[in-house]
Amino acid sequence: MTSLTEKRAPRTQPETRKIRGKVHLREHLMGWLFVGPFGIVFLAFLIAPLGYALYLSLFQKKLIGGTSFVLFDNYVKAFTDPSFLSGAWFVIRFSLVSIPLQIVIALALALILDSVTTLFARFSRLMIFLPYAIPTVIGAVMWGFLYSRGFGPLTDIFGLFGATAPDFLSSDLIFYGLLNVVTWQWAGYYMIILYAALQGVDPTLYEAARMDGAGRWQIATRIKIPLIAPALILILVFSLIGTLQFFNEPQILRYLAAGTIGSDFTPNMYAYQQAFSLANFNYGSAISFALGGLVFICVYAFLFFTRKRRSFL
Amino acid sequence: MTDHTSVRAGARRPQRYLPLQILLGFLVIYFLVPFWWVIVNSSKDAPGLFGGGNTLWFTDQIDYLGNLRQLFTYDGGIYLRWMLNSTLYAIAGGVGATVLAVMAGYGFAKYRFAARRFSFAVVLGALMVPATALVIPTFIMFSRLGLTNTVWAVILPSLLNPFGVYLMHVYARDAVPDELLDAARVDGAGEVRTFLQIALPLMRPAVVTVLLLSAVASWNNYFLPLAMLSDNRLFPVTVGLGLWQGIASANNAGTTSLWSLIILGSLVSVIPLIIAFFSLQRHWRGGLSVGGLR
Repeated sequence: MTSLTEKRAPRTQPETRKIRGKVHLREHLMGWLFVGPFGIVFLAFLIAPLGYALYLSLFQKKLIGGTSFVLFDNYVKAFTDPSFLSGAWFVIRFSLVSIPLQIVIALALALILDSVTTLFARFSRLMIFLPYAIPTVIGAVMWGFLYSRGFGPLTDIFGLFGATAPDFLSSDLIFYGLLNVVTWQWAGYYMIILYAALQGVDPTLYEAARMDGAGRWQIATRIKIPLIAPALILILVFSLIGTLQFFNEPQILRYLAAGTIGSDFTPNMYAYQQAFSLANFNYGSAISFALGGLVFICVYAFLFFTRKRRSFL
Repeated sequence: MTDHTSVRAGARRPQRYLPLQILLGFLVIYFLVPFWWVIVNSSKDAPGLFGGGNTLWFTDQIDYLGNLRQLFTYDGGIYLRWMLNSTLYAIAGGVGATVLAVMAGYGFAKYRFAARRFSFAVVLGALMVPATALVIPTFIMFSRLGLTNTVWAVILPSLLNPFGVYLMHVYARDAVPDELLDAARVDGAGEVRTFLQIALPLMRPAVVTVLLLSAVASWNNYFLPLAMLSDNRLFPVTVGLGLWQGIASANNAGTTSLWSLIILGSLVSVIPLIIAFFSLQRHWRGGLSVGGLR
């Protein structure tokens, strides 16, 4: 891995630093000039809202007595609130199933597309990636149609075999209904990232392995997968962050699956409901912050578990 | 070196493996089914849609033009407005976020300034902050400033793209040699000119990638505009179609025609991004590998 990247960019920083040591103040200034504009946006739209959310979450608004400082009462409330807890449990469960599923599919596809080089394989690569270009909202709308009893094809298809079609919008199967939408939407994107990483691997490594008597399967598992491990970790972390914030798909399918998906289905939907339907910004902020904490804990637990902290964050 | 080229030549020869290709074929069908359904059903009128015929095949009446006319004239042509709004948000948010990310990534990679390590660590930590956790407090801040329900409420928060900074940092560090920058400085080029004329062309694949990723993120955004906007003439197409779907589901009987608008609206709304992705394919694929390699 390191040898690959080293070849691309020879490191000569110590020497150049010596040359540039004299223009120190100028370098500080120029550095901040380049980073500054982003820094302002970063402070205004990330640090400030985070601080403000934390501040808001420490207050409670009551009908009598107005707004008062309550320290962590909102958090105590959130972590004993069955709505928040069931939503959090759902996104954790959903992450544990959907992320491994997507990664396995994406990895298998990337490995296939890395070794099959026909025109059809190239066409497939584009088609499998296509759903990424679709807004998640539109993807959920499309699958909602396919699931629906009224105009979906499931009734016809299962009718051919004399079976009743499963209702993916019912409370029993909504988990799988959402699982399918998410996999369809993201597997192709992860596949492209892994594929790009595989294309960056030096092919002479395969040749060497083949001479040592390694088969296709061994080359895939012993050489290819370990070499693209950093890319795997990267997409795992991003899919974990995204899935814990689950909002768009269940929010859209709610309209079709009345009664199945409540307004507290995921923590994010619950926070949205508290803030924008009930104008309870204090509690909504507390839920958002608690969710942020959950994401942090999960990501760090994952990075610790894989012991790859140094390679990425 | 000879070894290397011979392997490359071998790789260029098409490798078949028929069973794998058949498997690929099935997967392609799975990934394309929703598109097929939308393409077929946006040709139908309301009776064709609800008539109970084959939902995966056309009816006798194929009426794209009539449906398109209906889509673009419904409610005073609101759909076209939504598409233009989405375009505005995607271009303004995408270009703005990219300019900031390219400058910051280059700055972090090529200047040793005070608090550089600390600031970069903070930016990396920000990758883990759930974007949606920021929406509620940002909404309250904006409503104090009177900015909610304006285009700025959607564009300004979209300028933040810490992942773009990370990507540009990695790319600038690897693809822009320090010697080249020093040579330009020795030749008397200023820092800004060095950046624009030497570094920027070398960083082009990553710039296109970040631009595309930011524009797509803005185009696809749903939670932020949903929270920020109440005037439906400012909605992007995602929020607009969500609104239609809510209306159509709420009173199914009265608005059967709205369903065909939603179906065709979904189809039309995905066309610009598909074109953008395919036409820029060569550029973004090289950039994507960067984020993954480290």
